[in-house]
Amino acid sequence: MAIASPSKVMTNVEAVRSTLYDALKRDDRALILGEDVGNRGNVFLITKGFIEEFGPERIIDTPIAEASIVGIAVGMAMEGLRPIAEIQFADFIYPAFNQIVGEAAKIRYRSNGEYTCPLVIRTPYGGGVRGALSHSVSVEALFYHVPGLKIVAPSTPRDVKGLLNAAIEDPDPVMFLEHKRTYRLIKDEVPEEYFTIPIGKANLTKDGTQLSVVSYGLYAHQALEAARKLEEEGLSVEVIDLRSIRPMDRSTILNSLRKTHKLLIIHEDNKFGGIGAEISAMVAEEALFELDAPIRRLCCPDVPAMGYALPLEEEFMISTDRMAEVMREMVKF
Amino acid sequence: MPTTITMPQLGETVTEGTVAQWLKKPGDSIEKYEAFVEVSTDKVNAEVPSPVTGTLSQLLVKEGETVATGTPIAVIDEVGTQWAAAPTQRAPAAEAAPPSAPAPSSSPPVAAAPSAARRTQGAPAAPPPAAATNGAAAPGRDGSASLRGASPAVRRLAREHHIDIATLSGSGQNGRVTAADVLAAARMGPAAAVGQAVSAAPGPAAAAGTSTYNAPRFGTTIPLNQARRIIAERMVESKRTAPHAWSMVEVDVTNVWKWRSREKDAFQRDHGYSLTLLPFFIRAVVESIAAFPLMNARFAADGIYVNADVNIGIAIGLPANLIVPVIKNADKLSIRGLAIAAGELIDKARRNKLKVDDLAGGTFTVNNNGANGSIASAPIINAGQAGIVTMEAVVKKPVVTKDDAIAIRSVMNCCLSLDHRVVDGYVASGFLAELKKRLEAMGPDGAI
Repeated sequence: MAIASPSKVMTNVEAVRSTLYDALKRDDRALILGEDVGNRGNVFLITKGFIEEFGPERIIDTPIAEASIVGIAVGMAMEGLRPIAEIQFADFIYPAFNQIVGEAAKIRYRSNGEYTCPLVIRTPYGGGVRGALSHSVSVEALFYHVPGLKIVAPSTPRDVKGLLNAAIEDPDPVMFLEHKRTYRLIKDEVPEEYFTIPIGKANLTKDGTQLSVVSYGLYAHQALEAARKLEEEGLSVEVIDLRSIRPMDRSTILNSLRKTHKLLIIHEDNKFGGIGAEISAMVAEEALFELDAPIRRLCCPDVPAMGYALPLEEEFMISTDRMAEVMREMVKF
Repeated sequence: MPTTITMPQLGETVTEGTVAQWLKKPGDSIEKYEAFVEVSTDKVNAEVPSPVTGTLSQLLVKEGETVATGTPIAVIDEVGTQWAAAPTQRAPAAEAAPPSAPAPSSSPPVAAAPSAARRTQGAPAAPPPAAATNGAAAPGRDGSASLRGASPAVRRLAREHHIDIATLSGSGQNGRVTAADVLAAARMGPAAAVGQAVSAAPGPAAAAGTSTYNAPRFGTTIPLNQARRIIAERMVESKRTAPHAWSMVEVDVTNVWKWRSREKDAFQRDHGYSLTLLPFFIRAVVESIAAFPLMNARFAADGIYVNADVNIGIAIGLPANLIVPVIKNADKLSIRGLAIAAGELIDKARRNKLKVDDLAGGTFTVNNNGANGSIASAPIINAGQAGIVTMEAVVKKPVVTKDDAIAIRSVMNCCLSLDHRVVDGYVASGFLAELKKRLEAMGPDGAI
């Protein structure tokens, strides 16, 4: 990656931390609230030391009450603050469903534009870390149906910074999903200067001619790895890291499909009604005559939760080899 | 790498072919698309173009030998290969694969060329011949079958690039034609055209049953195939040697049209062919020729030969070709007989089943030119004949009748091109007047 300005190598979790820190430094209206974000410094140590520097007024330890976290944040946002609410694990977000879907998403509409809700809801999601039933879930499909919500799921440190900055700047609510497996797994250069990445813009991470693969989060990395492996076999697979789930970058997907004529969607969230379903429907509506093969969705199983036992987790998660296998099948179709 | 050339299938029902003549011998270099062997079938002879540039290394079949389509007949050592050009596109597995024939199936070799290139990109290195045959050949049987299993993208791309899917051999699973195959064929441009022409060489396009005009892409060169070369030679010969004169009459075909309309259902039921105006017209032509035999003559240095038999050629336009099968002794046939004979010939032409004999011996030609609405045309005489007459579009017109009334009548123009060395205006106009009189006298009652 060519970066003109000075940059720093960091992990995804370091990128979250440094971007939050910069935001708090830059904007007095910015504040963080959530469980264990203060004295504990967040379970992943993202906000460690923040409370000492910015004080308990801006780094607010809340009770274990997600509805309150988001509900209070909605009020703060409406009144001009820039709250960054944290749901400790996405698995715990359900109590806040009403505050997110019923309130935050509708503020601008119901106030006829008089109020906006510049709220960021950060939450770690996803499996592959032995998180079992209550620390592994993917929640994006539960929220992407909702007009008025923006949802981003960056996969690299650079995208974390650019999209978190964009989310904080955004005048409307943004759900910021951080794949916890990528927190310390993914490390890359991040420009030190302030920058944003537009919400709703996908990243074409690898050029290819025979198959388009759309993914996001952890699997954006694995899909890229699988595609590179196939390159050595002479198969040319294009990889798109969606980055934003809603709004969705339709044109990048469609442009890629116009080149490759085959589409594979990979996500960790289960298949039924997932992001892949929306992409598939969009393609069927807008680009049926580009398709040279049935669209395929490679997703984790439609089961209530990820097992704790390692074999169960491994069975649940999609391996890079499995991705390569499906890509191979599709190229050869 | 060596490319094995197989006996092409020069027509959908053809199962074998005879190597009539090797146009190259082992060691000769061959350009891509260059004809290197002449193959004869029970239909016609056709030169087969090479799918690759290289050196002819082996002849596997002797001249005069008949082998089944798909049988390897020669090996060409390819030079300047796409293999070298696209190393990153190559599956390691493909390298180890035996140099399989580009198309162990019905497709003409050139049409297979893109797939040979495509196959290197990771399709199964050596697909089982059966699978390839099933997938690649079976869809070629007719237009509808070729669409079966074609993805939306393949259908669209084939449409956009004017490529007949049936002429491609697929590199996908079970021989499926992929979008990449269509695009490769489109990039080949001329190659695809050659592939088409070869299958069309006996006359009609292999893609019989579809009337899609395979428009070439702008900026491409279409190599001459045998059929096109012959057409060109004949046309030039005719235009150069025979001074063409031209005349036209307007014919009221209201009654004959009614007659035809009344008979057509029964005819279709009895004979399976549709009854058009053509046999009525041919009947009027042969009767008019009887009155003006000079129209059935040909010019030669030592005199004008007035042919003994009246053999009427009927010009049939096909997407890739023009073909003129002949109804022998047309003057001996009733309208019904002419309709059956014409129906058979047209059917054969569309299904690529015409035999050489069907095309020989014409003494005068009828061109049904009006199907697309033409109301006048100046046809070129079929070389060696004295004239050609067209049937233009039947249109309804207000006509002033003999008793000065205005009536709506079905009217058709007939255009005559004549060899002025053989025929002068007196005979030509007399012939046209006779034709008009006879057509207008036909129907609306009677038996065909």
